[in-house]
Amino acid sequence: MFSTQQSCWFIRKVICWRAAASIAWAVLLLPPVTAVFVILSRFSLLHPIHTISECFSLLTSAGAIFSLILLCGVILMVGFLNLEYYTVIPTIACSKIALLGQLLHPRQFVNSSAHCIMGIIVAWCCAVTIGGRYETIGYPCTHSDGSTHMCLNEYHLILLLAGAFVGFSHSLLGVIHNMNFVSFHTVQQYKYLRFKGSLPLVVKCSATQALYSVRNYVVVYFFLGYIPKAWICKTLNLHLNSSIHPLDSIAGLLDLSLLYHLWISATFLLFTWYITLLLFRIFVTEVYNFPVQSSFTEEAHQCLPKVLTDKEPMILKFLALQDLALLSQHSPSRRCEVFSLSQPGGHPHNWNAISRECLSLLADLTQRLVAYHDTVATNGRAKSLSTGSERKTSSETSVTSGTEDLMSPRPTLMMKTPASVFARSIVGGPQSPLTAPFTPDLDSPFASPSLRRLTAPVEQCSPWHGTVQSPHVMRRVPKLWSTSTDSQANGSPPPSPASVASPQQQTSKPSLLAQFLQNRKEQVKHFLAKRVLIMYLFNKLPEASSQALFADSQAHIWALEGISYLIQASFSEDQFGVVQTALPSILSCMLVLQEAVDRHFKLPHASSKPLRSASSMGDPTYKTLRFALRATLKTAIYRITTTFGDHLNAVQMSAEHRKRLQQFVEYKD
Amino acid sequence: MCSLALFPAPLPDGQTTLCESNNELLSGSDAEERPKQVRSTQPQELSPLSLFFPRESLKLHSRTESSSRAAFLDHSETLWMRSAAAWWDTHTHTHTHTHTHTHNCLSNIGLFEDYIIRAATVSRRLLDYSTFSALFTFCVARSDCVVRAFAWHPHTDKFAVALLDDSIKIYNPKSATTPTLKHRLQRSVAAVQWKPLCASALAVACQNCVLVWHVDPCSLSTRPSSGCAQVLSHPGHSPVTSIAWSPSGSLLASASPMDTAVMVWDVAAESCVPLQRVGGGGVTFLSWSPDGSHVLAPTPSALFRVWETRMWTCERWPCVKGRCQSGCWSPDGSRLLFTVQGETVIYALTFTDAPAGISTGTSKGPQAAAVVADLSETSFNTAHGDVIVGGEIQSLAWDPRGERLAVLLKGDPQAADRPAIIAVFKTRTNPVFELLPCGFVQGEADAEPRLMQFHPSFQHGALLTVCWSSGRITHVPFYFLSAGVPHFGLSGSPLLPRPQERCSALANQSLFTEMIS
Repeated sequence: MFSTQQSCWFIRKVICWRAAASIAWAVLLLPPVTAVFVILSRFSLLHPIHTISECFSLLTSAGAIFSLILLCGVILMVGFLNLEYYTVIPTIACSKIALLGQLLHPRQFVNSSAHCIMGIIVAWCCAVTIGGRYETIGYPCTHSDGSTHMCLNEYHLILLLAGAFVGFSHSLLGVIHNMNFVSFHTVQQYKYLRFKGSLPLVVKCSATQALYSVRNYVVVYFFLGYIPKAWICKTLNLHLNSSIHPLDSIAGLLDLSLLYHLWISATFLLFTWYITLLLFRIFVTEVYNFPVQSSFTEEAHQCLPKVLTDKEPMILKFLALQDLALLSQHSPSRRCEVFSLSQPGGHPHNWNAISRECLSLLADLTQRLVAYHDTVATNGRAKSLSTGSERKTSSETSVTSGTEDLMSPRPTLMMKTPASVFARSIVGGPQSPLTAPFTPDLDSPFASPSLRRLTAPVEQCSPWHGTVQSPHVMRRVPKLWSTSTDSQANGSPPPSPASVASPQQQTSKPSLLAQFLQNRKEQVKHFLAKRVLIMYLFNKLPEASSQALFADSQAHIWALEGISYLIQASFSEDQFGVVQTALPSILSCMLVLQEAVDRHFKLPHASSKPLRSASSMGDPTYKTLRFALRATLKTAIYRITTTFGDHLNAVQMSAEHRKRLQQFVEYKD
Repeated sequence: MCSLALFPAPLPDGQTTLCESNNELLSGSDAEERPKQVRSTQPQELSPLSLFFPRESLKLHSRTESSSRAAFLDHSETLWMRSAAAWWDTHTHTHTHTHTHTHNCLSNIGLFEDYIIRAATVSRRLLDYSTFSALFTFCVARSDCVVRAFAWHPHTDKFAVALLDDSIKIYNPKSATTPTLKHRLQRSVAAVQWKPLCASALAVACQNCVLVWHVDPCSLSTRPSSGCAQVLSHPGHSPVTSIAWSPSGSLLASASPMDTAVMVWDVAAESCVPLQRVGGGGVTFLSWSPDGSHVLAPTPSALFRVWETRMWTCERWPCVKGRCQSGCWSPDGSRLLFTVQGETVIYALTFTDAPAGISTGTSKGPQAAAVVADLSETSFNTAHGDVIVGGEIQSLAWDPRGERLAVLLKGDPQAADRPAIIAVFKTRTNPVFELLPCGFVQGEADAEPRLMQFHPSFQHGALLTVCWSSGRITHVPFYFLSAGVPHFGLSGSPLLPRPQERCSALANQSLFTEMIS
């Protein structure tokens, strides 16, 4: 209750105003952009001066003012959609089918249709401003029999449809490229300078994207253009002028002037929307200074230690962590407040709250990594086992090797599809908001029924569903999945840890029937695995799961930076020694995370670099967050070891951690 | 005020400076033969490697002197580039002399300068003379030395040496392996620097990109694969001639004399933010202050910028005479020393932090630079005749404790009695800034100092590493007890017994003392 109130406070007082300011700037930038568009669209080399004077008279006309007002409305709408759809944690689809699910989500449908309509509006404004043959949808024409009718102006129609198409593809590409993801920059700059710096990129992006969109649109119109044409004619009671040859033909579409106007209109449309998006990103990621402590109790919920612990909204948590990282680095006076003791009582409440929150973030990531690694390692083990036994048995009996051959696609499939499901079933118990849904969303109605059929039984029948977390059990699972029932029945070793006992009983209870069912299921899966389309849809995208695992790692990066800088500063600034008490737990937390991260990077695809796509407005930083996290983690540990040096010998920690820390002290890691 | 007059006279030929102990510089004729008192006071420790790279040991790009034209322009160039080159040739008669020099220089040293001059020739925005001369001096300064660049690791005793054949060797006294780094894109290396707070990352400024190598210190491989290197490139940002890591290890800045923007890289994400300002026409080098708050970025024209790293705004500092030649920061980042081309003085700028509490405010800079040392030519009477020392300053280096300042004087390569020499000052930053003379550091006869760097974490004072034109790398330790605040991360007190205070009259003469107003 209290936290919702508070989130309302932040959204209402900060985010909304920032969004409003960004939209206001976008609206202010609209007239100059429109003027440039008018000049570019009507420019003729032969009469430059005449064109410019014509443009000026056009810009001051009533029609231009009206279309400008319409465009402002569109910008307001785009800004509102940005505010509504933005996220600080990208949603990463792990397979094609998950991506499809995202694209067909009702929320996304609303977004797409809104963009379609706005695209039509912008295209109409473009048509009016360009004028000439584009201006109206109908024009009087004389039929062969001499009677006059209103005929359809196909140039107008093609421009309107182009607007709709570009708007729609913009919205789809937004999903694919995670355009609604708002990233935070490591290099702080003033808003104006950042805007100025990104402007060339926006121009380039909108021009190239418009080019691709227009190319696709022309192809679509060539094949399907007759449908909307006929429909418009029917509804508006217009006629087709048979004397002019239609535009959905090769000759009609090879009109350079038409293509240029399509392209420049699409560029104008995308540019205005990208500018709005860019301004929104710049404004919303601006640093917000939270007070470390306040002398008024009614402002206590706005202070950094309180705000950090909030789960919702994410933007609040991210801005608070960013502020923590910056204050620990740059501001001695605010650090002093962090290290201070509470006035009556003398407790370091501020430091305790901050360090506890940072540690819980890091521990959460560690746990997630360990769980993921265990599931993947299971499948990796299965693969090596099967190939190993294949080599062994092939000399003995051809039958077994034959079955092994049949089984050969199995490990890859297991690697690809169910891993994510398991990860979810283990990790996302009480699904914390930080745990991004890095699996295809099975609960959503848009996950295909076949997917559910395929995965759900696995989830239920998998013996370690639910409670089990020990890697021991998980490593034994591939044996349960193998075809040979006897090895499973006889050869299962007695469970060593006590905690494993109950699932083990669970697995031994289902008798032959369960085994039979399981084998059936395997066979169905293998059957499906051979179908190309299914494989295509269900194949895990390489490194996507790795990206998804680290999707919110910006928070961890700031937590690491903040806490390590605070510890560094505590060496000389912490008068009461409040940091010293937490040092062992922080160090061990970091070392455990370091180990987990190191193990994760040994997995296939984890350390492969993503391709860099330069000309896209989508921010690709989420693809490299895991590398940033790894680098920051190492730097953070080194920062602590360099600061404290040999004093670290006095810190209590386990022998294993001490050994690991010693490597850092000697700069050998 | 001539500072050099108070210095002890340079050593005669054949003598080399070995170290500083008990407040004086000791010399010897052979590196092996060390004076007794040095050996007695010198702590027993692993002495750093002295290396020698003879020119003949490298397989260099074969270029003949005569066919410089062929070396100058590739035949694979487009028609446009060739015509632009022709235009340049016909319209720059005034620079013909420079050109000839460049040709010679070129044929000596191969690809990199070839590239620079070619780039200059066909540059989009035709370079003004200053940029050209900046490139030219850069090229001459590095021309005859086999060692291209040198970098100490900021925390350990290992160092990286970039050689003329574009390979980089990493020497570590604690390990037997010497990894050699080679990469397809690693051409014309101009600078190397280790990432702070990291054991393995080494940034290399190459012709078209910045490479960041990850050399595992525990690996036994002598040829790390090129998969260990990250490539950071940005269109239009070449040739990269200087790089600087932020002291916190999070960001890397790179600069090119052909690009007006300074790139600030987020290395893990391989993304960069260009910091663009109008004017200047390129950035000749970068120096990040040790506290991480400022970055010095001089341009090839008479203007340099000091970036503040909190919000990345910059201050413009126009120079009267020429471009800023080199600069260095005091360890606390509050003071910048710099030299200007064509002048023989060292200037100082003082930066004070913004009042505490205003976190977004930029630090308030000083109003004007103060002259702290005058290094104009001074003649010394030695046994072998007069030696003239002084003149223009090539580079500056300040040791990480702020107690020794090394100044590399250019000298005159043509005149025998005006050698390039390193003058070392004693400095004090607290409570007031002071400069005292220490002495000259000289190497073997006919060897001129080219590069110098202080060891970032030498425990017993300061250790100056000098790369000589002969291809030799030597280390000159300065043993002293630090008067400043205790150093972080050091184990206990220094091992040296306190040297008896032999206060010579020389050492007491202060050259410069800051006036507190």
